[in-house]
This record gives sequence, C-alpha cells and structure tokens, in this order.
Amino acid sequence: MSRTNAGEAALLRSARRKRWKENLAGWFFVSPWMFGFVFLMLGPMLFSLVISFTEWNMVGAPKFLGFDNYIRMFTSDPFYYRALTVTFKYVFLTVPLQVVLAILIAVLLNRAIVGIRFFRAVFYMPSLIQGVTLALIWGWMFNDDFGPINFFLEQAGLPRVHWLTDPDVALYALVIVALWGVGSPMVLYLSALRTISSEYYEAADIDGAGRIRKFFSVTLPLLTPTVLFNIITSLIASFQTIVLAFVMTGGGPAESTYFYSLHVYRSAFTHFKMGYASAMAWVMFVMIVLLTGLILKSSKYWVHYEADGGGR
Amino acid sequence: MQAQAGKPWERIAMTVLIVLVAAAFLFPIAWMLSTALKAPEDIFTPTPSLLPETWHWHNFADAWKAQPFAKYFANTLIVVLVSTPFAMLSSTMVAFGFARISFWGRNALFLLVIGTMVIPWDVTAIPLYIEYNKLGLINTLWPMILPGMFGAPFFIFLARQFIMGIPHDLDEAAKIDGCSRWQIYWKIVLPLCRPVVVVIGVFHFVWVWNEFLTPLIFINDQDLYTLPLGINLFKNAYNIEYEKLMAISCLSVLFPVTLFYFTQNLVLGGLSLSGVKK
Repeated sequence: MSRTNAGEAALLRSARRKRWKENLAGWFFVSPWMFGFVFLMLGPMLFSLVISFTEWNMVGAPKFLGFDNYIRMFTSDPFYYRALTVTFKYVFLTVPLQVVLAILIAVLLNRAIVGIRFFRAVFYMPSLIQGVTLALIWGWMFNDDFGPINFFLEQAGLPRVHWLTDPDVALYALVIVALWGVGSPMVLYLSALRTISSEYYEAADIDGAGRIRKFFSVTLPLLTPTVLFNIITSLIASFQTIVLAFVMTGGGPAESTYFYSLHVYRSAFTHFKMGYASAMAWVMFVMIVLLTGLILKSSKYWVHYEADGGGR
Repeated sequence: MQAQAGKPWERIAMTVLIVLVAAAFLFPIAWMLSTALKAPEDIFTPTPSLLPETWHWHNFADAWKAQPFAKYFANTLIVVLVSTPFAMLSSTMVAFGFARISFWGRNALFLLVIGTMVIPWDVTAIPLYIEYNKLGLINTLWPMILPGMFGAPFFIFLARQFIMGIPHDLDEAAKIDGCSRWQIYWKIVLPLCRPVVVVIGVFHFVWVWNEFLTPLIFINDQDLYTLPLGINLFKNAYNIEYEKLMAISCLSVLFPVTLFYFTQNLVLGGLSLSGVKK
C-alpha cells in the first residue's frame, strides 16, 4: 500500500468502523442460537466427554478410569455388541428401503393426472404420527391373534407371523413401522421431480431412450441431490432411534430389538452408570460423524447438480 | 415438470395403483378409528371387520376419564404455547443474520449450525440432566421448552433459504429511510416470512406434541406428564383394552392432523425449500 494521507486514514477508519458494526450486528442476530449451542450442546458435550473417562453414579465423586470404559464396551459387554448389530442392521435396512420407496411413490404420484395434492397429503399424513401413538397403532396392527395383518395373511392362505414376539421377525416389524413415515422424504422427491425440465426427456426421446432408460439416465441422476439429503438425515435419525423399541418391544424378544440408544438409556437412567453410558454415546457420535463424512465425500462420485451437466 | 401421460389404459392403471397404495397407507389410521368405536366383543374376534357392529362413541369419554388426560393435555399445551413463539422468532432472527449480514465467521458458523444435526441425543442427555438438576429444572416443564427456544438447525436452514429469496431492494429502501437492522428484520423481513414462520410453527408443534424421550428423562412427577408420557402410562395400565387405547390414540393424532390439514399447502411447499443442496 502506498503512503496514506489524513483523508485516506479517516476513510479507512470509517470503513473499519462500518465493518465492526456489521460484525456486531451479525453476531447479535445469531446470538440466540449461540446461546442455545453453548449451554445446551457444547457445554454438555464437553462435560459428557470428561465423564466418559470416569466411573460415576451421579451421587459420589467421579472416579478417573482412563480409557477403561472404552475398552470395556468392546471387550467385555455382550449387550454392547448386540446393540451395535441390531442398530446397524436397522439403519442399513431402513435407510435404503426408505429412499427406494419414497422415490417410487413420488414417481407414481408425478405420473398421476388427478388429485396429486390430495394423494400427496395422504402419503404425508402418517409422518405426523410419531412416538408413543405410532407404537400403539402398530402394536395393535401387529397383534398376534386379533391384529388385521395376521388376519389378512390368514385370508390369503399364509401362515400367521409373530411380528413382535418372534426374535427373528421383530426388527423387521419395526422397519415396516419406520417405512410408514416415508411420506416426508417422498414430498421432497416429488417437488424435485417437478423441477426437472421437459427438455431432458425430449432429448432422451430423440435418442430413442425407452421409459426405463429415461428413468435411470435422466430422472434418477437429477434426483441425487435429494437422495443425498434423504440418506444423511435418515441415517442420523435411525442411528439414535429408541422410542418404538422402548414402547413396543422393550428391546425384546431375546434382545432382538435392543438398540444402541436403548443400551445407553438403560445404562444411564436405570443403572446410573453415567461414565460408561457417556463413553458409549461418544462412540456413537463418532460413528455418525464418520459415516456422514464418508457419504458426503463419496457424493462427488454420484451426486449430479444440474449446473455441472446434470442428466449426462 | 409433470411427466407426460401415456396411453389411456396406462393412466387408469397408474391411478388404480396409486389408490391401492394410498389405501394401504391409510389403513392403520382407519383401523385405529374403527377399533376406537367398537365394543370389546367386536375387537377380540377371529374375523374382525373394518366397520364396527355397533358404534360406541362413549369409548372416547371413557378413555379420557381413565387417566387425568385433561392435565396431560394442559401440560402439553403450555409447552407448545410458550415455546412455539420463541422458536419462530429465534429461528427467523438467526436466519436473518445468516442471510443478510456478512459478518466475520459467518460461513463457518453456518456450517456449525448444520453440523449440529449429527449430534445424537445420547451425548447430551446425561450432562443436560445434571445441568437441569443443578438449575432446579428437573420436574418442571422447562426441559421441554428450552431446547426449541434458541433456534433449531432445520428451522434456521429453512428460514435462511426463504429470506435469501426476498429481494434486497426492500432492505436497501428501508436503509435509506433510516431503518436500523432490527427494524428491517422486524418490520420488513419478518412479515414477509409468514409462510416459513407457519411451517416452523407446525413442525415445532408436531415435535413437541409427540416428543417422548425428553419428558421421559427429565420429568418424573405425574402432575407434569405431557400427553405421550400419559398415553404410555395408560398403555401399561390398560394393556388389552384396545378400544380405549385406540380412542386415546385418535385424540392424540387429531391435533397435529387438523393443524396439518389447514396448513398443508404452506407446509408441503415449505418443505420443498429444504430439498436443495445441503
């Protein structure tokens, strides 16, 4: 920079003051979130990290253990392995099935001529029902002797299924319940479908592409940004799932629905092993971060944004 | 765009397929409603039917009176009424900061906001229990009210998308007229944000209405139970009286569904804002 005379210096000062005011205004507007973040997230997380290295029942003083909690969960807690397998199985079933089903319904709806708005609302409605009520409704649907699903199976000449009492089936029953909420991602796919320009399809027509070909080379690539959003949000949610299992199965039968979060909850609030539960929670957090990071990293190979050539 | 229609028989086939799938999706709701109106002998039969033999409307009153549901309902309502205005205000305010002011650290901070979505409840529940305990908030409704008050990442994201779509000219004109930042937010942007504010309100309502884990952990006093806790208690006590269980389920579903019915175009339209790249 060349020499600054008095006028330039004044200008610089006023520019700086303006920047300063701008910064202050910005931080003022985001301060509510900052406040919540510090007191309800960051602070608690750091605290949880510290007690994860201790043994603590919330009454006495915490006893420092080093990495013992972390070692214990991988070496001498059979329930931890159980919870880990159950959760991974649930996540890897629910997330892809939800993506496929949501796209399928959205494509179907987009082809319908009449009543899109009506059907869109119909498919979305179940996702408003969550938690205990959801568990209650499906507990009754899956009832062994008097539930409608077994009644239909019997009418169709198929054997009854012990949906919630057979350890080989119960987890799949919970996956079905989760899929009932497919309406909320479906709505996103539907609005993405409606923004696809018809030029892409006309170009594909000229190339002589059939319907299936068009779906895989035009529609699907243009939906991939929504798929990415759907996979990530659904992955995060399914990893920490607990309420359905808590209310419907209590983790049973034979621990077949004993989710990771259920193990954390029981360890903390039933057995008061706060240190151990915190260690498990942190391991889960790291797993979610790693998986999310992996998916985001991989996205440059399979997510197409329209700006960079979209439909290929 | 809407895909072009094929031959007439194809359209009919598609429509039939959609109607069938939609019927399957609605069936659990219809079954809940029908069970809620049945007599026990119509429920525990090997050949159940969707329509009740006789309509037992009093199941609703019986279920309502079997537990202090009026109290649970009032508690839930308090949480909703106190926290929703804060959720609307804080989310749009924070979003305004991100969308309209270029301050130091803005982009990094916004990434952090989005990043907090990966934090599972498991990590924060234990320390929050200790924090609330120290502050004397265990067995109050505050642990249900506080988390939504300071702006949830998803709402901030939605509102930011929306505000970025509002033309800057309005701000500039207001600035020339001598409006402060706060006045621009309060008098110009916030009124224009009405659609997204409604969406935030509905989602927040549905979340609070259904939230089970938060009160389960932080509220032990039955007088402070919210609806889901009350329903769970009821379920454990009346395990096999399905007509009552379904009647109370109907009542609990009624509020979010009605709210959604009246706001569906705003809500479903608003959701599509989040469909863009993350």
